Amino acid sequence: MDREIDPSSVFASIRAERRNRAASFVLDVSLEAPPGITILFGPSGAGKSTLLDCLAGLVSPDAGKIIAGQNVFFDSAKQINLPPQKRRVAYVFQSLALFPHLTVGQNVEYGLNHLPQTQRQTRVAEILEAFHVAHLRNQKTSQISGGEKQRTALARSLVTAPRVLLLDEPLAGVDAELKASIVHDLRAWNAARRIPILYVTHSRDEVDALGERVIAIDNGQVVSCGAPMDVLDAPRRKRLAQASGFENLLSGKVLDLRQPDGVMRVRLGGTACEIEVPLVHASTGDRVQIAIRAGDILLAAEPPHGLSARNILEGRITSLERRGAMMIAHVDCGNAKFVAHVTPGAVRELELGIQKQVWLVLKTHSCHLVD
Amino acid sequence: MTSLWLSFELASCVATILLFLGAPVAYWLAYSNWRGKFLLESIVALPLVLPPTVLGFYALLAMGPRGPLGKLWMTLFGHGLAFTFTGLVIASVLYSFPFAVQPLMVSFEAVDRKLLDASAVLGAGRWRTFCHIILPLSVPGVITALVLSFAHTLGEFGVVLMVGGNLAGVTRTVSIDIYDRVQSLEYAEANYQALLLLVISFAILCFVYAVNRRAWTPWTAK
Repeated sequence: MDREIDPSSVFASIRAERRNRAASFVLDVSLEAPPGITILFGPSGAGKSTLLDCLAGLVSPDAGKIIAGQNVFFDSAKQINLPPQKRRVAYVFQSLALFPHLTVGQNVEYGLNHLPQTQRQTRVAEILEAFHVAHLRNQKTSQISGGEKQRTALARSLVTAPRVLLLDEPLAGVDAELKASIVHDLRAWNAARRIPILYVTHSRDEVDALGERVIAIDNGQVVSCGAPMDVLDAPRRKRLAQASGFENLLSGKVLDLRQPDGVMRVRLGGTACEIEVPLVHASTGDRVQIAIRAGDILLAAEPPHGLSARNILEGRITSLERRGAMMIAHVDCGNAKFVAHVTPGAVRELELGIQKQVWLVLKTHSCHLVD
Repeated sequence: MTSLWLSFELASCVATILLFLGAPVAYWLAYSNWRGKFLLESIVALPLVLPPTVLGFYALLAMGPRGPLGKLWMTLFGHGLAFTFTGLVIASVLYSFPFAVQPLMVSFEAVDRKLLDASAVLGAGRWRTFCHIILPLSVPGVITALVLSFAHTLGEFGVVLMVGGNLAGVTRTVSIDIYDRVQSLEYAEANYQALLLLVISFAILCFVYAVNRRAWTPWTAK
């Protein structure tokens, strides 16, 4: 387990078992987060919050190590387990947990108890300024808006000059514009300090907006990590595929492998539809799961010719509904049902409607195999 | 009138002592993960179900000249505990214990755990978290505990009779006094005191329920 660790990054290799009456859950992860934003992505119940609780010291793992730079927070072998008070880890909860009986200023000042009064005041003034809530200093936290609460919670955590910042969906329920401006302030603050920020979310949009690195977690384990594109656009797990917005999840049986072309043919379950998908380690007769984004499916009103796409399926539209600037079409191809996104303009031009016969066009590499 | 005044003195002493004694017990009951917690909970609740005479009887035995508490008191202060005001305070503290602990415990438990986590992560130890987060957010519970233990002590009869006896100005509280007057057929005097106690008790309960319904709160409302 000895390895080189970036002097300012946080490293955790832990196992934590949490039991309640209904079930037991095991978190078993090993990860490293360098300075900057690292996103923890995964479906709810995957263990993201438990991981943050372990890093903050609110939950003690059963075994393993947690190290932030030079500081050992937890080491089961050496029986080290620093209490949360000594870790200097900042943690912004989903509920924000602002103290309701204190003002914005008092909330922010709470973690600076160890400093002399004058120093406290300057630090508080500085951070309130940086997060644009200086004018709210004497307001009770129950009197300010959602976005202002989120800014206050960030300011309260960061004013303590933490070694690590943990954010558990702190921007849930904020509109995109406000979110972008808060994230901008956060990045500006961290530009000079360069601490690791672990940001938990299950929103695909937030990953795209923040993404430097993504660690995907499911069922208590790290399933993949890397750049957002690599992790989320080619998910290897079914639940992760659902979480990262793959509307079509189909099961099928491998018919044959075509090694030289790097593809294999799959018959979709319960149908005569055959599609070509990228080759993975599988053998003829295996059952596989295929994930396809609704936005990656083309609709044609006539049988298409001369396309590079290898998969063309015939079907009928069973429903067509508008969602924002997008039309969602459900297409039935004989027991296999697909969801495809089209623009309202395309619907008019192709005269798409319920019961209309259409052809679905799928590129081989838009079909992702998941476990 | 001395008996009513004595009752108030006793109730104030008991309520104050119970706040300081009840708070740590309530804190422990609210936050401990110990499996045997129910044992302490049951002990705390005992005075609710025991006849006051039972509690008073054992208190009297303990405080008597041959009881452990009585002996200890004798060596420390040179006089016994039974039939003294101090003895009455000790017995009343035991008797009113659940009335202080339970409201405190309920309001401590109602504080959002995430606030306690936030406080810990911000570097505050247990004591600071208790003083700055739990206590201010439990003000209605603290008021309820104070007022209920005050009112309950004001109205007690059996324990006082067992432990205090009936010494004018020392242990003759208003409830005992009323009983005495009825026994000697002084109905007018008894009625006067009884009515006063009734009105006071009603006013106190109104106050407690108003606080708990947040008809008004000690800090500006949300």
